[in-house]
Amino acid sequence: MTDLTRLTASELAAKIHKREITSVEATQAHLDRIAEVDGAVNAFLHVDTEGALAAARKVDGDLAEGREPVSPIAGVPLALKDVLTTKGVPTTCGSKTLENWLPPYDATVTRRLREAGVVILGKTNMDEFAMGSSTENSAYGPTRNPWDRERIPGGSGGGSSASLAAFEAPLAIGTDTGGSIRQPAAVTGTVGVKPTYGGVSRYGLVAFSSSLDQAGPCARSVLDAALLHEVIAGHDPMDSTSIDAPVPPVVTAARAGLKGDLTGVKVGVVAEFSGEGYQPGVQRSFEAAVAQLKDLGAEVVEVSCPNFTYALPAYYLIAPSECSSNLARFDAMRYGLRVADDGTHSAEEVMSLTREAGFGAEVKRRIMLGTYALSSGYYDAYYGSAQKVRTLITRDFTAAFEKVDVLVSPTTPTTAFKIGERVDDPLAMYLADLCTIPANLAGNAAMSVPSGLSDEDGLPVGLQIMAPALADDRLYRVGAAYEVARGPLLDRIPELKGVSA
Amino acid sequence: MTAVVDLMDYAEVVERYDPVLGLEVHVELSTKTKMFCGCPNLFGGEPNTHVCPTCLGLPGALPVVNGKAVESAIRIGLALNCEIAEWCRFARKNYFYPDMPKNFQTSQYDEPIAFNGHLDVVLDDGEVVRVDIERAHMEEDTGKSLHVGGATGRIHGAEHSLLDYNRAGVPLIEIVTKPIAGMGERAPEVARAYVTALRDLLRAMDVSDVRMDQGSLRCDANVSLMPKGASEFGTRTETKNVNSLRSVERAVRYEMTRQAAVLASGGTVTQETRHFQEADGSTSSGRTKETAEDYRYFPEPDLVPIAPTREWVDELRTTIPELPWERRKRIQAEWNLTDEELRDLVNTGAADLVAATVDAGAEPGEARSWWVQYLTQQANAREVELADLPITPAQVARVIELVKSGELTNKLAREVVQGVLAGEGEPDEVVDKRGLKVVSDDSALLTAVDEALAAQPDVAEKIRGGKVQAAGAIVGAVMKATKGQADAKRVRELILERVGS
Repeated sequence: MTDLTRLTASELAAKIHKREITSVEATQAHLDRIAEVDGAVNAFLHVDTEGALAAARKVDGDLAEGREPVSPIAGVPLALKDVLTTKGVPTTCGSKTLENWLPPYDATVTRRLREAGVVILGKTNMDEFAMGSSTENSAYGPTRNPWDRERIPGGSGGGSSASLAAFEAPLAIGTDTGGSIRQPAAVTGTVGVKPTYGGVSRYGLVAFSSSLDQAGPCARSVLDAALLHEVIAGHDPMDSTSIDAPVPPVVTAARAGLKGDLTGVKVGVVAEFSGEGYQPGVQRSFEAAVAQLKDLGAEVVEVSCPNFTYALPAYYLIAPSECSSNLARFDAMRYGLRVADDGTHSAEEVMSLTREAGFGAEVKRRIMLGTYALSSGYYDAYYGSAQKVRTLITRDFTAAFEKVDVLVSPTTPTTAFKIGERVDDPLAMYLADLCTIPANLAGNAAMSVPSGLSDEDGLPVGLQIMAPALADDRLYRVGAAYEVARGPLLDRIPELKGVSA
Repeated sequence: MTAVVDLMDYAEVVERYDPVLGLEVHVELSTKTKMFCGCPNLFGGEPNTHVCPTCLGLPGALPVVNGKAVESAIRIGLALNCEIAEWCRFARKNYFYPDMPKNFQTSQYDEPIAFNGHLDVVLDDGEVVRVDIERAHMEEDTGKSLHVGGATGRIHGAEHSLLDYNRAGVPLIEIVTKPIAGMGERAPEVARAYVTALRDLLRAMDVSDVRMDQGSLRCDANVSLMPKGASEFGTRTETKNVNSLRSVERAVRYEMTRQAAVLASGGTVTQETRHFQEADGSTSSGRTKETAEDYRYFPEPDLVPIAPTREWVDELRTTIPELPWERRKRIQAEWNLTDEELRDLVNTGAADLVAATVDAGAEPGEARSWWVQYLTQQANAREVELADLPITPAQVARVIELVKSGELTNKLAREVVQGVLAGEGEPDEVVDKRGLKVVSDDSALLTAVDEALAAQPDVAEKIRGGKVQAAGAIVGAVMKATKGQADAKRVRELILERVGS
């Protein structure tokens, strides 16, 4: 029998819907795979065996009674980033603060997945409150990159991407505030999409930086990501920043792209994202990818986006500012960790001691940065200026998209670095998101699709494709076409079986 | 014991100093649901029953603006002669307190929805003072803390605290005056008159319960003094916990005498929050404002800007009812009242209640008599504001109607009003439950008449013989038998009919 964990989501869905296999079989195969290899990967913080099998049985039952599948991916298992609430199922955000918290409600993304018959296997590891680029900031230990377990799987959504590369799940959900879907996708050889801001509801997404956070699909193929995208996207009255417009036709675009023809598509190469600081192997992989886009019929030009250079510093004012406010609610009063409540401390002291005990170093660093940036007398110089930079970056995008349909760049300047290599150097860590941040600041759509392996270290490299807001479909057309031209990649990943943690 | 506070004689205060006031009034809107979620907006209720993920500030939950609250805010702004912003935003006011679920209050900062207005306030002697309005902005209420143990009822020194979040997220409008200067000895009266006028206005607009005793209208009084002839304002204090109109006046007056004594003895007024003590009319030191927190305001990223169209604002302008003081002028003319009679109406707080009673169909004279006399006595006996008596103008109008139609005597009518005040329901229900209806059914009365005549045949004989005044004894017997619920005039007619036949 075929190893069900090696199939794509669309292949699995086809077999389940044709009743060649059951969703329970597909789910069990992935649960078994998790049991077998996750000790070596640590992609999951919580596996919901019972919930997953119950959801799978429901899909099988409906199909057995002759009903149509409730969605094109009904019955397919998925790994959910632990930053989206799941009713009655632990949601920790990778933090000690929420170690024993059971949310009383489902995030809109979670609800839509359930309504689409998607089987939620469990919750994936992440940098605490999505702050980080390596998953080393998780309070529950780092996730390891299935390509090389000594290396990071990216972050903050390292658990979601690693679960795909380790064949523990065919689909995953990530969230992307500065690159947390795309950078892990790049370093694990998987696909990750940050939809247009407002395209996917943030209700139930535990906020890091509200004006930047965006949930999106992660998969091993562009088509699978598109199928998942259509399930989770769409207007939600519970999120005021959700866009009340039709979801871009991403599945149609992906299928069109699979035909391998990009004639008439204009691609812009971002001039600012190359040169010093870019690993030569990454640069060469990117250049090869651009050449392949040309071969597919695309017209390629170089485009300058001069303000992109300021994206990283602007991001590190805006995101910490918002997080300093968003994370204020973790005060031990209503839920989550509470320490020092021994009758000798005041409420104020309990709040303070709990926050000291519950948050990790990076979270504290960003809360302090943000608190400072918003302080009276500094607001205009820091937060105010950063917002102006944001406007300039949006203008750069607008100008660029007048000339081209999509922009491309490497997703991240280097391949996966070693665990521990950058933990003492926050600035080096922050550089991992250099190329991904502009799309968050401007709110437009972006994708990372694997562009093969770097020739110097054999590790995956990501090609970033960026499209205007509400034109997410362009990513899928270009991404799918490129994916076909590039050829298979994940079959080259080392086998994890038998590896001990 | 706290130290004895020096106070300056009031006459000397106003001789030596000019007071400057600033009044901040918080109004809870009486919308069906809370400001940012669908929870019911109701006073009281079992603790923590009107709550949801949003108003509890659970991780991941998001706010959605209550459109009705925005509408009320605009209407209040228009009634206060304010400009209405064409575009405004919410902002986060960041500070930690256990009854603030998110540890930030969603409020408005530098972009209020309404600004630059005024309210004309009528003093007891008829003088009109124009109070300039700085701004009116929208925000959410906090929960309630109950600090158990400790002497002060405040968080410091408490053994433990109980938290009720039912009020968290209730829509509030904060109305802030510009500095009110030049009022001299009348400053305390102006303060009371302003809050009274505001209360009457908001009540007439039906946007709030405006119950100071329940906290749906709350006033913070900023008071400072400057030496006569000075142009620079002195250091101010902000007095909170002012829970009645009378307290507003007392608090301002107390602060003037206290601050004057401090200044006269060569001291300086400390900028601080003070708490009003209802029992003795004093204020006591609270939090010192010198160490006041930096609220680190920034635009609320979870909400989109509010841009009321001019068409909508114009439409809302047409819904502003006749303002209470304009209505009073009209009433005086229509009811032909002397200035003194009008002043009695205003002083007892009865004017709008009488007007509403008249609107509900009662005669002005009757309505005035009920409210200014009997009901004012009831309010005084219960130590509540007239308007806070649990009886509505419509109910009073119904009682008057019942008297007019002969179904109630004046004595019975007062009993019905007592029943309504005791919470026994509508006037008609009280009449039924207490059996208070005048016996106007002739057949029932005839039985009583016949019985009384039969019991006193000698009297019957006298009447028959032409001594009509003897009928009084029979009337008395019938009234006794019907427990006073018969119309004596009709009884007399029936007796004469009966004896004559």
